[in-house]
Amino acid sequence: MKRLGAVLALTLCALAAPVKAGFDLNQLMADLARHPGGRATFTERKYLAVLDKPVVSSGEMRFTPPGRMEKRTISPRSETLVLDQDVLTMERDKRRLSIRLDAQPEALAFVDSLRALLGGDRVTLERSYALQLVGDAQRWVLHLLPSDQRIAALVLRITVSGQANQVRSIEYLQADGDRIVLDLQPVAGS
Amino acid sequence: MTRLVPRPVLLWILALLAGLAIAWHSRFNADMSFVLPLHPTPSQEVMIRQIKEGVVSRLLMVGIGGGDADQRAQASRDLRARLVASGAFTSVQNGEAGSQDADREYLFRNRYLLSPAVTPARFTVEGLRESIGASIDLLASPAGMMLKRSLPQDPTGELWAQISALDPTSEPPSRAGVWASRDGGRALLVLQTKALGSDTDGQEQALATLDAQFEQVRQTPGLTALTLEVAGPGRFAVKARDTIREEVSRLSILSTVAIVVVLAFVYRSPRLVFLGLLPVASGALAGVVAVSLIFGTVFGITIGFGAALIGEAVDYSIYYFLQSGRVGAEAWRTRFWPTVRLGVLTSLAGFGALLFSGFPGLAQLGLYAMSGVLTAALVTRFVLPVLAGPVPAVRDLTGPGIRLAAMGQALRRGRWAALVLAVLALTHLAIHRGDLWQANISALSSVDPADLAVDQALRADIGAPDARYMVVVQGINQEAALQAAEAAGARLDRLVESGRLGGYDSPARFLPSQALQRQRQAALPEPADLARRLAVAQADSPLPANRLAPFLADIAAARAQPLIGRDQLDGTQLALATDALMERHPAGWGVLLPLRPAGGDGEIDTDAVRAALVGTGALFIDLKGELNHLYASYLGEALVLALAGVAAIVALLAATLRSLPRLVAVIGPLGLAVVLVMAGLHALGQPLHLLHLVGFLLIVAVGSNYALFFERSADSAGIDPTTLTSMVVANITTVIGFGVLGLSSVPVLHAVGVTVGPGAALVLVLSAAFLTRRAAPA
Repeated sequence: MKRLGAVLALTLCALAAPVKAGFDLNQLMADLARHPGGRATFTERKYLAVLDKPVVSSGEMRFTPPGRMEKRTISPRSETLVLDQDVLTMERDKRRLSIRLDAQPEALAFVDSLRALLGGDRVTLERSYALQLVGDAQRWVLHLLPSDQRIAALVLRITVSGQANQVRSIEYLQADGDRIVLDLQPVAGS
Repeated sequence: MTRLVPRPVLLWILALLAGLAIAWHSRFNADMSFVLPLHPTPSQEVMIRQIKEGVVSRLLMVGIGGGDADQRAQASRDLRARLVASGAFTSVQNGEAGSQDADREYLFRNRYLLSPAVTPARFTVEGLRESIGASIDLLASPAGMMLKRSLPQDPTGELWAQISALDPTSEPPSRAGVWASRDGGRALLVLQTKALGSDTDGQEQALATLDAQFEQVRQTPGLTALTLEVAGPGRFAVKARDTIREEVSRLSILSTVAIVVVLAFVYRSPRLVFLGLLPVASGALAGVVAVSLIFGTVFGITIGFGAALIGEAVDYSIYYFLQSGRVGAEAWRTRFWPTVRLGVLTSLAGFGALLFSGFPGLAQLGLYAMSGVLTAALVTRFVLPVLAGPVPAVRDLTGPGIRLAAMGQALRRGRWAALVLAVLALTHLAIHRGDLWQANISALSSVDPADLAVDQALRADIGAPDARYMVVVQGINQEAALQAAEAAGARLDRLVESGRLGGYDSPARFLPSQALQRQRQAALPEPADLARRLAVAQADSPLPANRLAPFLADIAAARAQPLIGRDQLDGTQLALATDALMERHPAGWGVLLPLRPAGGDGEIDTDAVRAALVGTGALFIDLKGELNHLYASYLGEALVLALAGVAAIVALLAATLRSLPRLVAVIGPLGLAVVLVMAGLHALGQPLHLLHLVGFLLIVAVGSNYALFFERSADSAGIDPTTLTSMVVANITTVIGFGVLGLSSVPVLHAVGVTVGPGAALVLVLSAAFLTRRAAPA
């Protein structure tokens, strides 16, 4: 269950969006801090050692600043995840499960750092990760390498990539070698 | 021998000694069991067992407040370790990570015997494709990530099938790694005491252990600011017992002192005061002995009631000393004793009605009062004259008597006011006839509202079911009972499916019947067959058959594994959950299935559950409904008994007085007093309950003595001043005795006190006010 929050928060951070030109880490953070939230469709691929082929799921995500994120999976099975402040709620098969993330320090550290990313809070972010920005404003890639041991126990590396002012994908390399790739397509008009 | 000590005194002394011996060995009980029925129906029997011994009765909920989350968590872990080591608890849970590893291990290891999804269809090509496909789909969800490592062993998801059948909301949230309240301000622990709920001493010890261990925890630097909150039935029972104990001694002392002061003022002789208390003490002892011999256990409230009876039983010696002092012992016996005797008989008739109550508390009160009053009267009549010898001249009471008689005159002029009040009271009662009685058994509970609030807060935080609804099945042995639980569970599953029931717990989840285990085992295919089917089913799957060797091995092992018995559960928390829901009794085994409501209102559609269970032999119990129903039946029964008691008293009086006007003169003040007290209490906002009703009967039973004296003593010359004084003094002691109970915080005692105290006084005043003089003595 510990991973649950981490995985969710990771996938949701994709909603951090537009990035402007004239570009360094400070600029990226400033842009992220100004982001008003929004809606995107997603396709998620999980490359798991136990399976020959990736598990593919898709649906829609929504971010409402400051603290609410939703992930609605439509395929293969419908499921809704909502992270509201520190409470994570999952609905699946007519069942509903709520977890307080503050019960799980690792998950909380992870969620907090990803919130810092969405909020453009570089100071907080650098408390848990070493940041590397490569590319230019048109095609940029931000690597997050956990320096916090609790997070490192879950994830080896997070790679966020964007085009111009849009986050387009997040790759999440888990400590056990499994990999999750989340591709995002912002919904026009949101 | 008989020369030295007259026979009645000898008998009395021997009886006293025997009585003391019996009372010394009596068992006293101060919990709420006095409300439990003497002759229970089968469903009441289950309810009583639950209340006395069930898992619910042994639950203690603990909250640790103060400090910060980490300090509370540290204290919670430390306290848990200490309580486990203390051996006073069968279960100590605080949500610590790791404490449920053994459970998971058990569920995983035995998954093919435990999973409700294991059927032959599950292992066909189609079934495998579907269940393995569902497991892979689950990996798309964060929830599936914890299952991914076990996928090659458990591709059909039997662990998930079990976990998802459990109630996800049944656990409290965690903070800093241990259970915490929803607002995060308290760390929570849930304990099961080893002692039964009905074992108040054991509960008290468990609570003392908890307190002592928490004190130790607080010695740790940084944890000194933490506070402990405890709630649960055991705590209520211990506290109620302390309250009753403390109050019974306080109230008895208070009423004894007050009565002694009154007697000392009247008698002006320590010797007479002492002698006057002998019948009372004998009566109280006789009451305890009678109840102990017949019921086995004496309730705390019965002893508390004794405090009131002191005031009533002392009346006889007051009459004797005050009246015989003037006319002599012999004349007293002929002139006054018949009236006293009739008064005793009417009291006995009133108390006697309570003997027939199915409510043990009432039956005990009745027996206690009857034996007490009868003994006090007999000791007064036969022992007191011998011990007291020629009654010394008590101070002349003619003076006060004359003044009292003057007051009586004044009262007679105020008759109309009493009548106006009576009309007002009757009107009030008529208007409020619908809401006079409180129809809730909680009226009898002496639980402090502050404690109740703590209990409810902790219960809500912990998500502990209040165990209001349950299904009970029986079997001649454990296997039969588990099979019955499975059959009832299958019916309940349909209600859960259709959303009319939130869920239910069953020991058969963790310990299925041998029959069902065999059935599941038989559903597992031979490894060679399974391998063939898997190859077909998983041809295009991301999880090909060649990765599922661990699955084949586990299925082969499960086919050969011995069936699970209770022993395999040892060391898991599931063992406690299972044991708590199974009980062995002389006729076999009972299994309990607690139900959870679907909606947030906490109510269950009881008709739907009953309908679903038709034909299974399972019993559905709504504990709260059952208790309230029980209370309503007590109330109805007490009403009948009270009326019967009054009827018996009236019949007794009618047979003795043989005159309608005289009968009316006696009964009139009694009826008026009851009406005034009833309306008065209700108008003052006292919710009337069962014990008020009993109080009304006691007003008639006790008050008839005064009404009779007035009626009998009223000859053409008016009432004799000394007799009048003796009656007023006797009345004052009675009012003190009962009135003191009105100070009690125990609702049962309080109700009797506030009813009978004012009622007895009113009877005297009204009897005086409506005194009619007859032309000639009868």
